[in-house]
Amino acid sequence: MFTKILIANRGEIACRVIKTARKMGILTVAVYSDADADALHVNMADEAVHIGASPSRESYLLSEKVIAAAKRTGAQAIHPGYGFLSENADFCRMCEQEGIVFIGPPVTAIEAMGSKSAAKNIMEKANVPLVPGYHGDDQSEAVIKKAADDMGYPVLLKATAGGGGKGMRQVWNESEFSEGLAAAKREAKSSFGDDTMLVEKYLTQPRHVEIQVFCDNHQNAVYLFERDCSVQRRHQKVIEEAPAFGMSEELRTQMGECAIKSAQAIGYQGAGTVEFLLDVDGSFYFMEMNTRLQVEHPVTEFITGQDLVEWQLRVAAGETLPKTQSELKINGHAFEARIYAEDPNNDFLPATGKLNFLQPPIESEFVRIDTGVRQGDEVSVFYDPMIAKLIVWDENREKALQRLAKALSEYRIEGVTTNIDFLYNLATCAPFINEDIDTGFIEKNKDLIFHDNEQALAGELPMAALYLVLSQEASASIIAQQSSDPYSPWHTTNAWRLNEAHIHQLTLAHNDIEYAVNVEQKRHGSGSYYLITVDGQTVDCQGRIDGDTLYVSIDGYRSHATIAKITLERNTQISLYYQNGVFNFTHILPDCGDSLDDESHGGLLAPMNGTMVAVLVKAGEQVDKDQTLVIMEAMKMEHTIKAPADGVIDAIFYAEGDMVDGGCELLSFVAEDEGK
Amino acid sequence: MAKIISKINPRSPEFIENAAHMQQQVDDLKTKLEEIKLGGGQRSRNRHLSRGKLLPRDRVNALLDPGSAFLELSQLAAYEVYEDNIPAAGIITGIGRVGGQECIIVANDATVKGGTYFPLTVKKHLRAQAIAQENNLPCVYLVDSGGANLPNQDDVFPDKEHFGRIFFNQANMSAQAIPQIAVVMGSCTAGGAYVPAMADEAIIVKDQGTIFLAGPPLVKAATGEIVSAEDLGGADIHCRTSGVADHYAQNDHHALEIARTIVGNLNRVKTITMNIQPVVEPAYDTQEIYGIVPKDTRQPYDIREIIARIVDDSNFDEFKALYGTTLVCGFARLYGYPIGIVANNGILFGESAQKGAHFIELCAQRKIPLVFLQNITGFMVGKQYEADGIAKHGAKMVTAVATAKVPKFTVLIGGSFGAGNYGMCGRAYDPRFLFMWPNARISVMGGEQAAGVLAQVKRDQKEKRGETWSEQEELNFKKPIIESYEHQGHPYYASARLWDDGIIDPADTRQTLGLAISASLNKPIEETKFGLFRM
Repeated sequence: MFTKILIANRGEIACRVIKTARKMGILTVAVYSDADADALHVNMADEAVHIGASPSRESYLLSEKVIAAAKRTGAQAIHPGYGFLSENADFCRMCEQEGIVFIGPPVTAIEAMGSKSAAKNIMEKANVPLVPGYHGDDQSEAVIKKAADDMGYPVLLKATAGGGGKGMRQVWNESEFSEGLAAAKREAKSSFGDDTMLVEKYLTQPRHVEIQVFCDNHQNAVYLFERDCSVQRRHQKVIEEAPAFGMSEELRTQMGECAIKSAQAIGYQGAGTVEFLLDVDGSFYFMEMNTRLQVEHPVTEFITGQDLVEWQLRVAAGETLPKTQSELKINGHAFEARIYAEDPNNDFLPATGKLNFLQPPIESEFVRIDTGVRQGDEVSVFYDPMIAKLIVWDENREKALQRLAKALSEYRIEGVTTNIDFLYNLATCAPFINEDIDTGFIEKNKDLIFHDNEQALAGELPMAALYLVLSQEASASIIAQQSSDPYSPWHTTNAWRLNEAHIHQLTLAHNDIEYAVNVEQKRHGSGSYYLITVDGQTVDCQGRIDGDTLYVSIDGYRSHATIAKITLERNTQISLYYQNGVFNFTHILPDCGDSLDDESHGGLLAPMNGTMVAVLVKAGEQVDKDQTLVIMEAMKMEHTIKAPADGVIDAIFYAEGDMVDGGCELLSFVAEDEGK
Repeated sequence: MAKIISKINPRSPEFIENAAHMQQQVDDLKTKLEEIKLGGGQRSRNRHLSRGKLLPRDRVNALLDPGSAFLELSQLAAYEVYEDNIPAAGIITGIGRVGGQECIIVANDATVKGGTYFPLTVKKHLRAQAIAQENNLPCVYLVDSGGANLPNQDDVFPDKEHFGRIFFNQANMSAQAIPQIAVVMGSCTAGGAYVPAMADEAIIVKDQGTIFLAGPPLVKAATGEIVSAEDLGGADIHCRTSGVADHYAQNDHHALEIARTIVGNLNRVKTITMNIQPVVEPAYDTQEIYGIVPKDTRQPYDIREIIARIVDDSNFDEFKALYGTTLVCGFARLYGYPIGIVANNGILFGESAQKGAHFIELCAQRKIPLVFLQNITGFMVGKQYEADGIAKHGAKMVTAVATAKVPKFTVLIGGSFGAGNYGMCGRAYDPRFLFMWPNARISVMGGEQAAGVLAQVKRDQKEKRGETWSEQEELNFKKPIIESYEHQGHPYYASARLWDDGIIDPADTRQTLGLAISASLNKPIEETKFGLFRM
């Protein structure tokens, strides 16, 4: 076994690898960029080497620097994590040349899987099922139709020159075929001037199910069962689970053995993942193979009780696999949710900022947090904005899902926008609970997940109002206890009035709509109950707060919710994690007017940290409403800044290529109405 | 501690009838107050709002700490006193928490006659200041007033307890380190200009507040100068040029937030130097008071049933329980504060008066606040009692009440007639607060007795002249007297004239007294030096 390894990565995966290495008595070397000088992985490692500037192409992607660091520290092996250099065949080859063990598959395997079409050819030869299709040159209708009939309907007709959905047509049965083909060809001809068509089996509700495989240098190979990663947005996994629901033992064995066959077809070693599309009828088709440890490997670890990083190290050191296939069993069910700094309500735009407050749920045999950040750390523009992975386990899917929702509701992050609420809504929505899941899940259920339809807030709004009143009571009683006059009735916050009802008037906003809420406090023995009125509807509430849980009875219906309270400047935001999702309310305080100074009203601010990639206007230029003024790039995504109204550009403060901090004024703009 | 065991049966027909009777009186009070709360009516409220100003009660709510109680004073002031309807005398006063500190709040209601000062407006303002001074409470004035009501100037301007006294009080309270804070949210004209000018700190709202000795019309008449109100005395002038105001507010809410900050920075600490205990609610429902108080005021009942529904855990340690039994005295706790209770349980005899004087001495020496529950038709009359010296025994009690320096609180829960009113700490005896129940009556004697006395004098005169006076004639003579006494002795009549600090729902007695006692403890309790007791 190695005595010292280098981890050519950062963030949670670097920390993850260090943990196992430490457990096995192996020394660790971290590498870091400027931005990561004080990062968690650097602090956790026994040694750390600075390898360059903050952008990854100037640090973590520099093979030479990583190799040099390994040589300088005497590390015998390099763990590449995922991303960065993990599937870089050149890097793998360099390691080999320098006599450093690359903890991963051989170069040949990386290369074989590097090209998707080449990979498919290899798999086809190895009798691994691919999505059936006809890509031939013979474009006669009879030939194409024969192919379609053979693979079974529905099928998808695609223009080989196509893109953007043009020249693409679904055909649901044999009788529609001729008409569909003719239409697709017409469209392809007019769009691309080329009507060459291919036909593929059309999977209506495909699931993304992947198999974890492991091979050693001694011809042993096992599969560690499957993970369902169907819930994706823009091809990025959101919540993964293991095992996949609805799998028969037979299908599991079939897919597992097929995955091993795929791995063996390329002489694989180490940890790998074979991704399949699983159709509703139980047929599955090879998509690709990932020649590295996956982000979502912890769900597999939870259900198998194995440490996959330890397996990687043992295999890389030439040992045999720690377990045989028959020794591996599935125990319970696990979920992983990826906590990102991003704004799901703004097309998942990555967010940056300082993690002013970071309080993950408490870890236990049921809850695991893999993270690379601490409170006070910065989520920068330079790297993937993942904050943590939340992994939960319980004896079955239903219980594990409850654990997931609970843990998400306990995750407290302030300072940056996160997807926690989005994940909570996803994990608690009925189709997810009921296993009605395929790769189109988020698109299909976006109303549920984003609460786009104005929901009946009959219960949630009073709960938020009650929480405010109860937490006001709680903080008043703390102040009372600290006072020299602790029992004074002046400490109570029951809005007592002489000869009048005792009413708390609150303004709460939900989805930017403001609601006036009256909470009338009534006595009941030595306690209180509350008549809460919104929009003329009154409910009778009682409740208490225990920690961050609100227990309520609304018109006799008892339930509870987890509450997170964040104070933003003057207003308080309340997140109510309830049965069907999270509801955010803002407690609006009265408007105290603008402050004395004249703010620059026309300024357009940078939405986030990033780089100015294009300045499309000049100072003094007349612009129309919605005209694109500048384009910024951050997190590999472009963000355009448009004119809010017709007007004139007064001044521009940044040039192309400049780094811009979020919130900075990019340019000053005078709207036409204002100018007059 | 001895717990009072209630002997009330809430299912008895008397109880139910009594409760219904009290409920009806409380309902009548609340209905009247509903209307008074609306101030100068819908039109002037709309006009006020259209100027971007908050209504006075909303200003008070916004000034208070979230959820704070507000012990409003004299809600019925000026009720049916003037030809014009002047709801609450056009001014809202009370005690509330601001920045964690109990404060007196005085808010003009500009929807009522432009917030001008009627005689009872002045009286209510001065009463609020008196409470501030006696209890060491900071004052926050929310000013929005056109100054003295000119048609009533003779009852508003010249006398000692008139308009000028407001500023005299401000100066003297400031001298006693009782903070004076003014928020100018509307006009402060002429004399009114001195409210902010005499304040320790003043806030003025942009485009709303104006402060000047003479408004634009008077300036034009006097010197011919034409100037707008804003240029003459707006926020910009006073915050940037004149220095009459200290803080510039963007709007009402902003001004009130500044006021809260100012109070929060006062560096005042309320120190309680008495033995306090955790609060225990009474063992009996306070609402049951409704059914205990007899519908027929002449019918006696045990005052301990009321005490049991006011004090902590219904515990009451009686003093001299077997002596002078028509006056009940004893120690209890209210919101954890120790109190001494002096309560009528029948007519006052010499023994009861001596017992009362003794008990008041005990409380004064021990610095225990006194609560008087007043339900008294008077001292016993007759040859035997005069001969026993009831006058000097009564005098002992009056001396003790008058000179005791502990905070005193009086609740008129039934009759308040004659010298009984004095011995039981009536308004003239400077209780820190005096409240009435809606069933209470106050006059020099009962209507029947007064009519009887006057009829007897009349009959004597007639008989001297040898005339006759039929029963019917006597009844006709007595009827208007009884009616007049009933009208003038009614709590609405009393409260309208500020003979009290407000009419309270009997079920709120505990809470009201608790707030009042706690507020009074902002001032350390002084040593008492009693006058001579006639032996």
